[in-house]
Amino acid sequence: MDLQLIWFFLWGLLWAVFFMTDGFDFGVGTLYPFIGKTDEEKQTMITAIGPLWDGNEVWLVAAGGVTFAAFPLVYAVMFSTLYSALMLILFTLILRGVSFEFRGKIDDPRWKRLWDTCIFVGSFAPALLFGVAFANIFQGIPFDGEGVYHGSLLTLLNPYGLLGGVLFLLLFLQHGALWLGIKTDDALQGRATRVAAMVWPLVVVAAVLFLVASWFQTNLYANYLAHPALFSVIAITVLALLTVRVFIARKAWFKAWFASALTIVGATFFGVIGLFPNLFPSSLDAAFNLTARNASSSPLTLKIMLVVAIIFVPIVIAYQAWSYNLFKHRVAPADLAHDETY
Amino acid sequence: MDVVMLSRLQFYATSAFHFLFVPLTLGLSWIVAYMETRYVRTGDETYLAMTKFWGKVFLINFAVGVVTGITLEFQFGTNWSGYSAYVGDIFGSLLAIEATAAFFLESTFIGIWIFGWQKLSKKAHAGVAWLVAIGSNLSAVWILIANSWMQHPVGYTIRNGRAELTDFFAVITQEFAVLQIIHVLSSAFVLAGFLIMGISAYHLLKKQHVDFFSRSFRIGIVCGLVGSLVVAVEGDFHAKDVTEKQPVKLAAMESLWETTRQAPIYLFAIPDEENGRNAVEILPIPGVLSFLGHGDFNAEVQGLNDFPRDERPPVLLTFLAFRGMVALGTYFILISIYAFIRRNKLLESPLLLKIMLFSIPLPYIAIQLGWVVTELGRQPWIVWGMMRTSDAVSPIAASQVITTLVGFMLVYSLLGFAGYYLIFRHAKKGPSLEAA
Ligand code: HDD
Ligand code: HEM
Ligand code: HEM
Repeated sequence: MDLQLIWFFLWGLLWAVFFMTDGFDFGVGTLYPFIGKTDEEKQTMITAIGPLWDGNEVWLVAAGGVTFAAFPLVYAVMFSTLYSALMLILFTLILRGVSFEFRGKIDDPRWKRLWDTCIFVGSFAPALLFGVAFANIFQGIPFDGEGVYHGSLLTLLNPYGLLGGVLFLLLFLQHGALWLGIKTDDALQGRATRVAAMVWPLVVVAAVLFLVASWFQTNLYANYLAHPALFSVIAITVLALLTVRVFIARKAWFKAWFASALTIVGATFFGVIGLFPNLFPSSLDAAFNLTARNASSSPLTLKIMLVVAIIFVPIVIAYQAWSYNLFKHRVAPADLAHDETY
Repeated sequence: MDVVMLSRLQFYATSAFHFLFVPLTLGLSWIVAYMETRYVRTGDETYLAMTKFWGKVFLINFAVGVVTGITLEFQFGTNWSGYSAYVGDIFGSLLAIEATAAFFLESTFIGIWIFGWQKLSKKAHAGVAWLVAIGSNLSAVWILIANSWMQHPVGYTIRNGRAELTDFFAVITQEFAVLQIIHVLSSAFVLAGFLIMGISAYHLLKKQHVDFFSRSFRIGIVCGLVGSLVVAVEGDFHAKDVTEKQPVKLAAMESLWETTRQAPIYLFAIPDEENGRNAVEILPIPGVLSFLGHGDFNAEVQGLNDFPRDERPPVLLTFLAFRGMVALGTYFILISIYAFIRRNKLLESPLLLKIMLFSIPLPYIAIQLGWVVTELGRQPWIVWGMMRTSDAVSPIAASQVITTLVGFMLVYSLLGFAGYYLIFRHAKKGPSLEAA
């Protein structure tokens, strides 16, 4: 059994699930100040993601933990070289996390405006920055054999990195708008779904640009050319993106959201497959690349972690699915009346 | 300041701040679940009001606990990459298990608990409260196993230039971890119990919501009393374990310089680290330290001067922190016993009520002091006897750490202020009227 291969795949999967789930929270949070016109609409939007965002965010914690457990050297070098970018993400996530809980506790417009701003920043910034970070990983990070980073925060803001950021942001905006299509009604739903329809062509443009730029900027396609069957992953992703539009036209919001989820998972795997066996390539010298082969934990640890994953991940998926099912209905005015809610 | 000092400072600031909120989450989660279960069993509306009132305190506190935990999860990589690369094979897996086995549980079900009042049957909703409590406390268990491994590494071998796991079972069942888990979880009960008693005392002094807060107070007494007894009795075992596994830490905790039989405890002492002795020593009680460390009044206890200077932790702070914790622990037992005796005459005991109101911060202080003993007493090692803290740090610029350190101070001050302000406001307002 190739444990390193399995863990490489699971590592990619965790990131993909994180983007698929917390992605719509980011989208809703970014749209929040723009399409939530009244306080009640704002509350509705928060309630639409309120029961789920924390459980979604744990996929990030799990992705971090699994990087640490299965590829400790990657955990060490990735997070220390990307120090400033990662810290920026964490700070903004902190602001988002408390805002949901704090905002409704005092009925004062200035108090609410403070946390409204935090919700927006804490959704917009991570959406963009995760894209920037991953695009940069795809093209390689300037670090040496000692794990020392030769660059600054600005090094990451190169055109390809920014394109990745914009792509992620647009994907999440579409994802969040479609979630609101499922969870809200009346004027708010109308506004949200119009955003989804508007954002869709932009996603297409960004995706095409990204696929083309990746050809010139990265080595991602090498694995695809070596195993052309892998192109089916890209094909499925593109197909999913096209289906989103079809379902938007039919006002089938849940199906459109589902197709959008598939698009996000596919987009993540486009990069993950292209990276293999690298987890964290260096742009200075390929000899410094951290790979599933040279950066992994011992076989015993990988085995134990696999047993843990096989036992717990299905349980987690089961109860999270139950929770999604419990909160799949539209947010009704009665849902906002309880003082425990945000 | 160099990157090591700055990173230590940052880790201290962020983890200590995280641990201002964690213990209340750990203790109060069980208590709220208990209250809700009583409501489901008896149909008594007061228990429902209690669930909601204390539940809201819990939720505000929980929110800050969650967001401050996220940073910690990544800080081993950002600031301690040397450490992560060297021991990630063991330490990393414990953090990953914590996420999969515990964080998902608490975070998913907390959302269901908050938003599920209308969607679940009463029984199922109370069940969700128990799952949140189990999830939170499980997460504590795993992180404490990880921390204990840094205190007393077991089940590994040095291979391929790093520590590799050889015996997972030994890591998760070692005595140090068991002791730490019991100590921390019971100290969380002390903290939650005293918070409940303190807030209840405020309202009882004003003679409002008397039934509601008398009952709450009595629940607080039980938690405070049982918790503080367990903490102290178990703390004694803990100290014996430290004597065996980290003798220099024990010597620092007691500021004992020379190896002695019948080692005494001084009621008052001031260590003088320069000259390797105590500047002041007053009122020795002979043999007590030997007894605490080894269970025998005549046993030999190793002193600090037996260890090279560069393997000694900072003595003064470790010593004072340990003293402070034990003094507070003694106080908690005594005042809880007194409260227990007066439990049915609360309104006639304004002095007790006042004391309890002003005792709210004390368990917080005791818990912080406890961590200072454990973590500072571990220095200069990041992993006891294996890796020095100075070898663990990331190859990053001091300016980067300064920026984030200042950022954490600002953002955490805002959060801490807002969080405690909301709890304070809610606590002062009392339960909503229609239910109480
Ligand atoms: C003894 C208990 C204890 C200790 C020593 C720590 N934590 Fe903690 N942590 C908890 C007990 C806890 C908790 C009670 O389970 C929290 C607090 C509020 C909450 O939701 O869970 C939590 C939350 C929490 C979260 C957020 C989980 C979520 O999104 O729900 C993370 C990522 C961490 N912690 C990580 C850490 C790390 C990396 C630590 C080590 C330095 C650490 N914690 C120390
Ligand atoms: C959450 C409660 C905790 C508190 C209040 C706490 C307290 C401290 C203190 C006082 C220091 C600074 C010591 C110094 O630099 O002189 C420190 C450092 C550190 N602690 Fe803890 N600790 C906590 C939990 C943990 C846990 C659970 C772990 C491991 C999982 C841990 C790992 C570390 C590390 C890696 C450092 C930095 C390196 C070092 O200075 O040793 N801490 N902590
Ligand atoms: C009353 C007598 C007490 C004794 C004899 C005692 C003993 C100890 C010892 C020996 C340690 C250090 C363990 C190590 O270095 O690894 C410790 C740590 C600690 N103590 Fe206490 N303790 C007492 C009371 C308390 C109280 C009242 C609280 C809080 C309410 C508390 C909270 C803590 C915490 C949070 C730690 C750090 C975690 C750990 O190492 O378990 N202790 N205690």
